[in-house]
Amino acid sequence: MDVLRFTTAGSVDDGKSTLIGRLFYDTQQIFENKLEEIRRNTQRDDDEIELGLLTDGLRAEREQGITIDVAYRYFSTPDRKFIIADTPGHEQYTRNMVTGASTAEVAVELIDARNGVLEQTRRHAFIASLLQIPYMIVAVNKMDLVGYSEDRFREIVDQFHEFSDDLDIKDITFVPISALKGDNVVHESDNMPWYKGSTLLHRLENVRPEATRNQVDFRFPVQTVIRPHQDFRGFAGQVASGKIRPGEEIVELPSKRTSHVESITTLDGEMEEAGPGDSVVLSLTDEIDVSRGSMIVRSRNRPEMVRQIDADLCWMNEEKMRKDRPYVIQHTTRRTQAYVSKVVYRTNVNTFHREEADTFALNDIGRVELETADPLFIDPYKINRSTGNFILIDPDTNETVAAGMIRGVAEDVAPFGAEETVTDEERESSPNVVWEGLNVPRENREEKNDHKAAVVWLTGLSGAGKSTIAKEVEQRLFDRDHQTMMLDGDNVRHGLCGDLGFTPRDRKENIRRVGEVARLFFEQGNITLCTFISPYQEDRDRIRELLPDGRFFEVHVDCPLEVCKERDTKGLYEKAETGEIANFTGVSAPYEEPEDPEVVVRTDEHDVETNVAEIIDALEEAGIV
Amino acid sequence: MTIASDTSKHLDWLESEAIHVIREAEAQFDNPVLMFSGGKDSLTMIHLARKAFYPGTVPFPILHVDTGHNFPETIDFRDNLMEEHDLDLIVGHVEDTIESGRAKEEQGPDASRNKLQIVTLLDTIEEHGFDVALGGARRDEEKARAKERFFSHRDRFGNWDPKNQRPELWNLYNGRSKKGEHFRAFPLSNWTELDVWQYIYQEDLEIPSLYLAHERTMFERDGVLLPKSPYNELREEEEYVEKMVRFRTIGDMTCTGAVESQATTVERVIEEVATTQQAERSARADDQRAEAAMEDRKREGYF
Repeated sequence: MDVLRFTTAGSVDDGKSTLIGRLFYDTQQIFENKLEEIRRNTQRDDDEIELGLLTDGLRAEREQGITIDVAYRYFSTPDRKFIIADTPGHEQYTRNMVTGASTAEVAVELIDARNGVLEQTRRHAFIASLLQIPYMIVAVNKMDLVGYSEDRFREIVDQFHEFSDDLDIKDITFVPISALKGDNVVHESDNMPWYKGSTLLHRLENVRPEATRNQVDFRFPVQTVIRPHQDFRGFAGQVASGKIRPGEEIVELPSKRTSHVESITTLDGEMEEAGPGDSVVLSLTDEIDVSRGSMIVRSRNRPEMVRQIDADLCWMNEEKMRKDRPYVIQHTTRRTQAYVSKVVYRTNVNTFHREEADTFALNDIGRVELETADPLFIDPYKINRSTGNFILIDPDTNETVAAGMIRGVAEDVAPFGAEETVTDEERESSPNVVWEGLNVPRENREEKNDHKAAVVWLTGLSGAGKSTIAKEVEQRLFDRDHQTMMLDGDNVRHGLCGDLGFTPRDRKENIRRVGEVARLFFEQGNITLCTFISPYQEDRDRIRELLPDGRFFEVHVDCPLEVCKERDTKGLYEKAETGEIANFTGVSAPYEEPEDPEVVVRTDEHDVETNVAEIIDALEEAGIV
Repeated sequence: MTIASDTSKHLDWLESEAIHVIREAEAQFDNPVLMFSGGKDSLTMIHLARKAFYPGTVPFPILHVDTGHNFPETIDFRDNLMEEHDLDLIVGHVEDTIESGRAKEEQGPDASRNKLQIVTLLDTIEEHGFDVALGGARRDEEKARAKERFFSHRDRFGNWDPKNQRPELWNLYNGRSKKGEHFRAFPLSNWTELDVWQYIYQEDLEIPSLYLAHERTMFERDGVLLPKSPYNELREEEEYVEKMVRFRTIGDMTCTGAVESQATTVERVIEEVATTQQAERSARADDQRAEAAMEDRKREGYF
């Protein structure tokens, strides 16, 4: 048995409570005494019992006849335990919907078949998209009141698609139901023979929530330090994402000190691997200063460590957001102060239009930039729901005033809408990176090409021989009928990166763009050769992370600086030494040698032929060609 | 596969979540305490607290409010458990509260000390300066609890205002508090009664014998099967009968009803729970007083 969390949102009349009641009733989760109570309170003219009464909560709400908070409900079928976050649907309860959506793996969207898509349908879908709920089930309810009409159902499906294409929802299923009569909720309906799909419950039982958890990027926010005696110092926490095993190299943030995992300890014994959601205690091989709010990650797969954050924000408090006062930001187990430095826009949750705004009021959603006192260790929410979220707390009242979804570093902003970042669902569902909207998947291209795609990244000092070797490798591959592409430092700097200079920041951006371009060629099935000095390990690692495991070949084209200077094929070292060129790698800017490259070729000791063979051998060994 | 052995992933998930919440409570507050009732939920809580800090020890004391009307089995079980795991126990006595005149004993045949223990609880919390009390309450127990938070904010008077709770998103819990305020933390929020039983079975936890079917002298009142005890007097037309019963919750002897059962092992209890048609708390006479009974007591600080 596993666990699935889903959220429902709806207004008084769309039958949400009836639907939940129906799920409980038909799966026999209603206890006899509750059923009696419901029968007692039912005020209907027909024989149906008021299933909605089952889910009604607090007395105040009963009096108002509406649900005003998130209510959590539980039921299970033989293979799955379900946790429902039941939320109200009115616009004034947007914050409740956001709360319910934050932990949901499926969003159940209810549409009254008589009314079709309403403003609130769009609002719910927008929130589901914003909160990155991986699956959506659109239940077209009250089919009994439209004569179980297939045409009406199709019409609503089309209406829905009209706007949902603008959103970022991966997986949408439509089910025509009648919660009141029980059609297609738990049991298949005899009234809609034209519908061949699964029932609502069947769909809920068969989505794969684990496929949406980020298994790739190991992030371990430390909750507390456990020190029972002098010989043991462990760090307790819940793995936010990714996996770790004893012996693996880690780095502690913010100190950036590296160590190795000594053991993964639990009361039930030591574990060989810890994965997403596991509450464990890690101990390390070295004494490093780790405390609550630290994050343990892999040394070669790190989150951004930043103080400027670009984020979507939902304001949840009656008091408006203020830019002239600090809030407390809580991100994983870390807390620090944060200012809202900029309101980028407010999104109209009904039309999805962006509006100008300089503050947010209760239930407003929009995009802001934040500045924090201490650095946070962030991932984009789309890639990692666990380390991409945060809340803001009012330090005076201690209330939770806002919920945030991180887009990235504030100066490094991704465009709005369906974005080109890899979501963790996509990463996970297949280790091969696939973008949304790619018509022909890379796998198909690879099959046609009869070889796999890869990015071969040649890094090294200017004059080390990167281009010479890459050209030769490409020619050989081309002669073998392979799809190839070459990206060269000088070429991209003419066009794509013509606006960039050679400061560390510009170099970083240059490499980032090249990485994205390389990834595009990669997706097209090419063996993409890139020759860039790319002096920083961090930048190269970032490109590695863009690609599936085993498809990035970091090639260190190694040649002593003296030899490169001597060669000085382009006369650049001379200019650098005289100061004519600033920030020249090896002279006035550093070069970080690759920590763990796939291939090292030495151009001072071996000839081009040998170097080329070494690279091709590596590709063959990895099964690329 | 039996229901008892069908454990695996969902229990791991619930356990991991509960441990996360327990650690958050410990880390965010200065002076936590774990509430112990002697029931299955609270012994599950103790087990989880041990797991949360292993190989260290449980870094906070255990608080039991003794109504003076407890089953003797409960007290024995409690003392053994504390000794076995070297836990630090604090007991608050309702008796003391009554003697000090801070509360008056209910009168009449349905008298219960349930309401009184709220005063004792709050007194003990204040006396020791606890700022968070961890409890084993679950959202599935009762309608009023469906909207309860993991970190539930209480005001100076221990009152719960359903309208003034902080939103809880993802797994971020906001435990910032002002001096004098305190919180309740409910790590088992997402568990159901069946989950708890399956977990007890999986972890092979020792449970009070009251939970297993045993022969006992009982009497029936308002459809509830109550145990013979020094604190209950028979009314007209009531009579003692010998029955095989087990208790589904463990509270005061005055108001904790039993169900007839032949389940003498945890496995068989699980089978019964899985197929039962009576919600858990319905065997407690105090919940039947009013439909919104639980909500009223919650507002006053009852767990």
